[in-house]
Amino acid sequence: MPETTAKTAFWAGARNGAPFILMAAPFALVYGVLAVEAGLTLAQTMGFSVLVIAGASQFAALQMMVDNAAVALVLLAALAVNLRMAMYSAAMVPHIGPAPLWHRALVAYLLFDQTYIASVARYEDRPQMTVAQKVAYYFGVATPITPLWIICSLIGASVGATIPDSWAMDFALPLFFTALVAPMLKSLPHVVAAGVSVAVALVLSGLPSGFGLIVAALCAMLAGAMVEQWMEARR
Amino acid sequence: MTYSAGQIWLIIALLGAGTFAIRFSFLGLIGNRPLPPFALRVLRFTPVAVLPGMVAPLILWPPATDGVFDPVRFACGLVTLVVGVWTRSFYFAVVAGAITLYGGLLIV
Repeated sequence: MPETTAKTAFWAGARNGAPFILMAAPFALVYGVLAVEAGLTLAQTMGFSVLVIAGASQFAALQMMVDNAAVALVLLAALAVNLRMAMYSAAMVPHIGPAPLWHRALVAYLLFDQTYIASVARYEDRPQMTVAQKVAYYFGVATPITPLWIICSLIGASVGATIPDSWAMDFALPLFFTALVAPMLKSLPHVVAAGVSVAVALVLSGLPSGFGLIVAALCAMLAGAMVEQWMEARR
Repeated sequence: MTYSAGQIWLIIALLGAGTFAIRFSFLGLIGNRPLPPFALRVLRFTPVAVLPGMVAPLILWPPATDGVFDPVRFACGLVTLVVGVWTRSFYFAVVAGAITLYGGLLIV
């Protein structure tokens, strides 16, 4: 009975996706608050959350816009943050490549860190899953987190103007991004990439907004990849 | 922020389209063709390459203090980093950083 098994897979996904709301809810609330504080209208704030629907890049775009960086640089920095999703996209192909195009388009729209990590782990754990079950499981994982992301952005944007300066919301972005990156510093190449990024960004901070960051990110990506390649060659 | 409403909507539209294109890239457009290994390698480093460079100046020269070094915000950044590396947990890092920030702001 493929229908019932797809249904079972969906609910298993929803259960496994539920804990992600713990991270998404505060992230979305703070995004909403910072967006209206930065000067975005409610519609623009929600436009980001619905059309871009990628937390870290929304924060990154916001930060570049607060600095009045050129439009092209805002886009470059925010898209660079999302480039990792090309890897997720590639990793999903062996599992749901045969699904109908509109399923794959919807999977792409909902391709977050969380949905990717939870789904690929499940697929590798249960290779006997059918394509339909895999898609159903994926949508299950996305079901708690997606509406919550949008609703919490809206709540944050609605209350944003009333939050006093003493809450130091100005520091929410550095705090969140540091907490996101720190657990990724698990190998020498990652530490080198982060170090190069920081060093180049600080040295070039006098350049027009955003330029230094783009150069720093390019140097850091190359440095990380090269150190990793060098380490593998030595092994 | 000095953008016109049109510019802001342009950013939203292009960032939305660009992000979808990245997410849809292999699933919809490129299919199962493999990327060059070095390209895959570089892609893996994007979060670690972009976010630290964005955050470092904000931690050292916070806009909230008009770019003047603030010991409380610096300590918050440092504690968040150390706890995050140590516990490998986003949650612990955020909580430790927030406690440092609010504790520090209360004391100073």
